[in-house]
Amino acid sequence: MTSSTSADRPVVEMSGISIEFPGVKALDQVDFRLFPGEVHALMGENGAGKSTLIKALTGVYGIDAGQIVVDGAPHRFSGPGEAQDAGIATVYQEVNLCENLTVAENIMLGHEPRRLGAIDWRATRRAASDYLATMGLDLDPASSLGSHSIAIQQLVAISRAMVVDAKVLILDEPTSSLDADEVAQLFAVVRRLRDQGVAILFVSHFIEQVYEISDRMTVLRNGQRVGEYRTSELDRLELVSTMIGRSMELLDDLQVSTDHAVDVEQGTVPFLQAVGLGRKGDVQPFDLEVYAGEVVGLAGLLGSGRTEVARLLAGADRADAGSTRIKDVLTRLRNPRSAISRGIAFSSEDRKAEGVVGDLTVRENIVLGLQAGRGWMRRLPRRQVDEIVNKYMAALNVRPANPDALLRNLSGGNQQKVLLARWLATAPELLILDEPTRGIDVGAKAEIQKLVAELASQGMAVVFISAELEEVLRLSHRIGVMRDRQKVAEIVNSEDVGVDDVVTLIASGGGH
Amino acid sequence: MPATMGASTRTAGPGGLRRLAHHTIFWPVVALIALLVANTLYSPDFLAVSILDGHLFGAPIDILRNSAPLLLVSLGMTLVIATRGIDLSVGAVVAIAGALSLSFIATSPNPGSVTTVLVAIAIALGLCLLLGVWNGFLVSVVGIQPIIATLILMTAGRGVAMLITEGQITTVNSAPFKTLGAGFWLGLPAAALIAYGVYVVVALITRRTALGMLVESVGINPSASRLAGVRARTIVWTVFALSGLFSGLAGLILASNVMAADANNAGLFIELDAILAVVIGGTSLQGGKFSLSGTLVGVLIITTLTLTVTIVGISPLVTPLFKALVVIAVTLLQSPRVRERLAARQRQRVAKPEEVAA
Repeated sequence: MTSSTSADRPVVEMSGISIEFPGVKALDQVDFRLFPGEVHALMGENGAGKSTLIKALTGVYGIDAGQIVVDGAPHRFSGPGEAQDAGIATVYQEVNLCENLTVAENIMLGHEPRRLGAIDWRATRRAASDYLATMGLDLDPASSLGSHSIAIQQLVAISRAMVVDAKVLILDEPTSSLDADEVAQLFAVVRRLRDQGVAILFVSHFIEQVYEISDRMTVLRNGQRVGEYRTSELDRLELVSTMIGRSMELLDDLQVSTDHAVDVEQGTVPFLQAVGLGRKGDVQPFDLEVYAGEVVGLAGLLGSGRTEVARLLAGADRADAGSTRIKDVLTRLRNPRSAISRGIAFSSEDRKAEGVVGDLTVRENIVLGLQAGRGWMRRLPRRQVDEIVNKYMAALNVRPANPDALLRNLSGGNQQKVLLARWLATAPELLILDEPTRGIDVGAKAEIQKLVAELASQGMAVVFISAELEEVLRLSHRIGVMRDRQKVAEIVNSEDVGVDDVVTLIASGGGH
Repeated sequence: MPATMGASTRTAGPGGLRRLAHHTIFWPVVALIALLVANTLYSPDFLAVSILDGHLFGAPIDILRNSAPLLLVSLGMTLVIATRGIDLSVGAVVAIAGALSLSFIATSPNPGSVTTVLVAIAIALGLCLLLGVWNGFLVSVVGIQPIIATLILMTAGRGVAMLITEGQITTVNSAPFKTLGAGFWLGLPAAALIAYGVYVVVALITRRTALGMLVESVGINPSASRLAGVRARTIVWTVFALSGLFSGLAGLILASNVMAADANNAGLFIELDAILAVVIGGTSLQGGKFSLSGTLVGVLIITTLTLTVTIVGISPLVTPLFKALVVIAVTLLQSPRVRERLAARQRQRVAKPEEVAA
């Protein structure tokens, strides 16, 4: 099947695509092609340019340079509507259909058969059930969409794409909220469409699924195309290392001893001990111990469950399985507040949505956590506030050094430092940092890494999460390896452990 | 501040003025002053205050007294809006407070005694606080959108007031209760003293404790606040409870003004006036930063406007139209887009003479 199609003319051919945002080259001379009757996976780490490429193809972003040829005709899309007219349909991670309408209405919306100017509802339902049948779905077209599971809703979204006779179907993270059976059902539909000659672009963070469904893959890194491969010719280890690359950065000179700052003696009580902690749909039950004075790294690709582990440890999400012991005392972390009062600080990966209070000043942002712990009535005395603010702004080198500046006017790196200051001001015993260095410049990154190492050497327990494996390896004493929402391995870091070893563990799922 | 003003007026003047013009309550204050000036032009003794029987009299005193109920309601509304909420039920709560207090006094054996009046006030305020707690419960615990949650009480509240008054307009004679709305103390209207006293206390509490900052934090970014350990739920609950309490107090003052419990018309549309006052004062309906001084100016604008319409002799029936015009003007002047346009035009105009001067 696939061997014959590759001889065909590609249905989509993008060449030399560049898109630039202020200060960032999101896509740099990227070539991409898509053949009819194939499932093509677009792979790359977070920020590699996958979604930018998709948005260029679907007309959401205009391109600065390059050419898009669809079905032999060059196109310049100036909006999503034009891309749809050219036969490119997209199904997004979040289903954007109307839950309160029926399945038939959702599928046929805007394309309802009409009679005498009015919608012919009977014909609409019949047409909808025809489309459902071609996809092998047995659904009542008159039932309301909201009564079905997310998986079914996604399949309905795909049926809708077929109504407009799409030549290209883009599936952006379609499986992220599906369970195994639902994924199988989705894949059956995808294969059927592929065999009908539709070109399918598949984006997923689940490596196993990519290997199961795709015929070919294109790997992006830092806005550039690394290469195009046949799925059968690239093994998992090669794929992961191609995605991550080996770009050692300026930070290499940062010397952090990975020797245990404190020797974890036999019988020493860990600061935090999670036993079988888990949450359905987020992360499978895992065990994790964090001792005072050590940095525990969590490595894994995006969506591997590393963030979910952090959120459970910090009380940001409530666990529905397992237990947590803090200093050997059984403790239920019901909300972030209860975690904070027990000395756990959590800096979320989503700085903008879950960290920065933009319209408050830097000063207010720094004392927010501490003040929240005291309650509204016992306001921190002004002198103490100034002391804390000055201390941390100097220690973390926050620029501009103006505590009255609104936080939203600071750069990403400085916002991150202010958030770190907020947590350090609460004098935590365990600091959980989820992607603290993402999207910030190299200088700030080095400063934050140095700080983490120092804090641990002073006896703080740290959980450190980063997409950059080099960073995790440089800082951590122990590393938990995550994959497909499961903790698959735990290794003690030493001189002999390299990025390759961790990549192998991620790729193999700890099965070696 | 005054010392530097004199020395550097010539050089820093325009810059200082521009900075002043960017302050959120600059345009509302300009609008208020313009209104007062217009009134003085129409009737030159508008701003005159005279002493009669040891009390102060005059239009400015009227404005102070008339603004009391709206100020109380707007005070609660500001805090609610700062947490991204809105409270539509304040008008109904006003009606309930009036109905309950007057009905209690009417049915008591001794309507003129201070004790009866104090008990009536306590009962009414207690119930209004409870109603606020109910609103807060619906929003912060049950998770209903504020506009819907308070719509429930907005609609049901008038019915409750009707039940209390049994459909009658209860009129009452009680000297102590009348003092609340019509009395004077230290030469000033008691109603104004109560409302402005509460205003000062709330302003002090929000800015001297951490309450103001935590309210703003919850309004700006609820999920970041939660992760930072802020009791977002308790704070939202508290502001709704306060809004109920303040509305109750406003209802008592309004009822005492007319000494009649009118379940249908007491506090009718006061929620809209309060929201207007908050918006005119520069607090965004999207929540976050709030300005109590802005709200005060907004309340004064609306009260002055109502008085102006009466003085000028326009039918009170068209007062809403004038309110609308002022609101349009003030909100337009505050809108960032309009400001940008104006600033761009000003730059063009300013640029030319400067070239000539150089």
